[in-house]
Amino acid sequence: MAELKYLLFLGCVIPYRIASYETSSRKVLKKLGVELVEMLEFNCCGLPIDGVNHDAMLLLAARNLCLAEQQGLNILTLCPGCAGTLRKVNKSLQEDKRLKERVNGYLKEIGMEFKGGKIAVRHLIQALVEDVGLEKIRGSIVKPLTGLRVAEHNGCHVLRPAKYIGFDDPENPVLLKRLIEATGAECLDYMYETDCCGAPIIGVNDKIPLYLAGDKLRNIKAVNAQALITVCPFCHMMFDINQPRIERLLSEKFGMPVLHYPQLLGLAMGFTPEEMALEELRVDATNLLNNNLKAQSKTGSSKIILGN
Amino acid sequence: MVSEKKVAAETKLAREIRMGDLDPDFKKEISKIPGIEKIKLCFQCGTCTADCPIARFSEVYSPRKIMRMTQLGMKDRLLSSESLWLCAACLTCVDHCPQGVDIAAVVRALRNMAVKEGIIPDVFKELTNNILETGYAYRIPELRLKKRLEKGLPPLPEADIEDVSKLFEVIAISNIAKMEKK
Repeated sequence: MAELKYLLFLGCVIPYRIASYETSSRKVLKKLGVELVEMLEFNCCGLPIDGVNHDAMLLLAARNLCLAEQQGLNILTLCPGCAGTLRKVNKSLQEDKRLKERVNGYLKEIGMEFKGGKIAVRHLIQALVEDVGLEKIRGSIVKPLTGLRVAEHNGCHVLRPAKYIGFDDPENPVLLKRLIEATGAECLDYMYETDCCGAPIIGVNDKIPLYLAGDKLRNIKAVNAQALITVCPFCHMMFDINQPRIERLLSEKFGMPVLHYPQLLGLAMGFTPEEMALEELRVDATNLLNNNLKAQSKTGSSKIILGN
Repeated sequence: MVSEKKVAAETKLAREIRMGDLDPDFKKEISKIPGIEKIKLCFQCGTCTADCPIARFSEVYSPRKIMRMTQLGMKDRLLSSESLWLCAACLTCVDHCPQGVDIAAVVRALRNMAVKEGIIPDVFKELTNNILETGYAYRIPELRLKKRLEKGLPPLPEADIEDVSKLFEVIAISNIAKMEKK
C-alpha cells in the first residue's frame, strides 16, 4: 500500500477543549502508518459564521483549501463540521464557475487563488474506512475489546447532506459500526440513533440540546451500552462535558462514558489508557475498562456479556 | 437566550396574518440567492418538521412554518423571529425534503438578512469577533497552549490574522465582529 500522507486540519473546538481526541488520533494514525503534516496558518473552517454571512464562510473555507492546494496534500480533519464545510465548498467551487470567479475575486486581496480539482478533504473515519481500510485496522488489533458493548453517534456532517458528502448511508449508517466492531467490541442499535446532538444551538438556547442529548443518553442506556463512541468534538462536548448538566436538568443519572473512536481503537491496538488520554474525559471511563478486564479474567472466556 | 415562552408569544402573534404585512416580492428576492431557488416548490408536507430533532424538543421551532412564512413574504416577522436561530444545521431536512428544497440554506439566508438589519444573537457576534481577532472561532486560553506542549502535542499553528481581517474587510463584515453585545 502506498504511504498515506495528509495535511491535518485541526479546527477550533479540538484545541479549545478536546485535546484527548487529537492525542488519540495522532497516535493511532501513526501506528497505522499514516503521516500527518501540520497545516500552518490555517483559520476557522467558516461554518460557525455561515449564519452571519455566507460569503465569510465561503472565503474562510476557500482560504484553507488554497493552503492545501499550495502544499499539494489532501486534508484530514477530525471534526465533521470542518470536513463537511471544506468538502462542500471544495465541490461547489469546482462545479460553479461563477461562484469560483467571485470567490477568487475576493481571494486576490490576499494573493491567493482557488484552482480546484487538486485536493480532497477527508474526515477521520472516512480516511480510516476508504484509505487505510478495515482489513489493515483489524490487523492492527492486539488486545481485542471482546465483551465490551458500546453505542455510536455519527456526527451529522460526516454524512449529510448526502449529495455533497457521499459517504455511508445517512439514514442507516454502518461504517462507524464496522470500525467499532474491528476493535472486537460490539456496537448496539438504539432509538433515534441518527438524530443530531443539538450542540450547535448551545448559546442560543441551552435547554433544547440538553433535553435532546439527554434523550439520546437515555436510549443508549436502555440498550445496556457501556459507553458511547463519537467522532466529533462538538458531539463529544455535548455528551461528555455537558453530561452532568443534562443529569441535573433531567434529574436522571447516566454515568455514560463517552470515548472518541480513536481512543477505543487505540486501546485495542495496545495503547495504555494514559496514552489514549482517557483521564481527560469528564465522565470517568477507567471503570469501564477495569470492569471489562475483570469480567474477562473471571469468566476466562473471550466472549462475555456484561449485564447492567 | 431564546426563551420558549417568548417564542410562544411570538408564534401566537404569527397566527394573525395581515395582507398589508406581506411582501409578494420577497420569495422572488430570496430565490435569487444560489441554493435557495427551490423555495417556491415547498408544498408544506411537513416532512422537515416531522423529522427535525430540534422540533421534537421545542414547542415552537418549525422549519415548515419558516418555509411558508418565506413563501408568503412575511419578511419582517421572519427576520425578527428568534426561532430562526434554533436550527442546529444537522441537515436532516435537506436530505429528506421530497421537493429538494435546501431548507437549511433558506434558514441560513434568512439569518444573513437578519444580520444585515442588525439582528444577531450575542453568541454569533462573539464567534465572528473571535475569528477576526484570532483566526479561530474560540479563544484558546494560554494555559491550553502550554498544556499541548506538556502533553507532547505540537504547538498550535498561528492563524494569519492579517489575511482574515482583509477578507472580512472586502465583504464588509468587520463591523459585526465589533458590535457591542446586548
